[in-house]
Amino acid sequence: MAEQTENPLRDAIAEAIHENRVILFMKGTPEMPACGFSARTVAALQATGAPFAAVDILPDPRIRQELSALSNWPTIPQLFVDGELVGGCDIVTEMYESGELHEALGAPAAPAAPAAPAAEAPAADAGPQPLGVENRLS
Amino acid sequence: MPTPDEIKQRIESAIPESTAEVEDWTGGGDHFRATVVSPAFTGLSRIQQHRLVMDVFAGEIGGPIHALSVKTQTP
Repeated sequence: MAEQTENPLRDAIAEAIHENRVILFMKGTPEMPACGFSARTVAALQATGAPFAAVDILPDPRIRQELSALSNWPTIPQLFVDGELVGGCDIVTEMYESGELHEALGAPAAPAAPAAPAAEAPAADAGPQPLGVENRLS
Repeated sequence: MPTPDEIKQRIESAIPESTAEVEDWTGGGDHFRATVVSPAFTGLSRIQQHRLVMDVFAGEIGGPIHALSVKTQTP
């Protein structure tokens, strides 16, 4: 509770991972990814139709530092499901193509259609509003 | 700046019985794509398999190696 660690940002990230069953840390937002890898990962997630939370790591470089320290994974994006790091763009893309991603996210299996999903379609369900971990920095 | 060949050799010497194919993905010398085949991956989850490869370059990814795309396979 009032347990103050010396690292509130890392705590906020850990909490976000804990509180969101499916959460993607990315560059930019699902609506406007700022990197091709993040964009591909978002497209795969959106194609499953499953809801996911997203955190933009760009507003503060410390978010990425703390996230990578926590996950022990060097690159962005990073997808977590049920509190566990699933992987980045390569793994998510592979899982999407094999159908495992639908399974992991609990989405109904879809015919494997690796075609890029319409950017606009279920994007609106992609998560309420982007989580702002940086808001907790002060 | 590492070359694809250096990266290939580092992977192959770090991961038992592995063979790696490494290409410079963008031509810029800082973004590589590696396909690694090793029996060491057997029974590991994807993330664990990728970690074995990423760990070879601990500290360099995000730095001199801007990005390393990995695909792992068992023989």
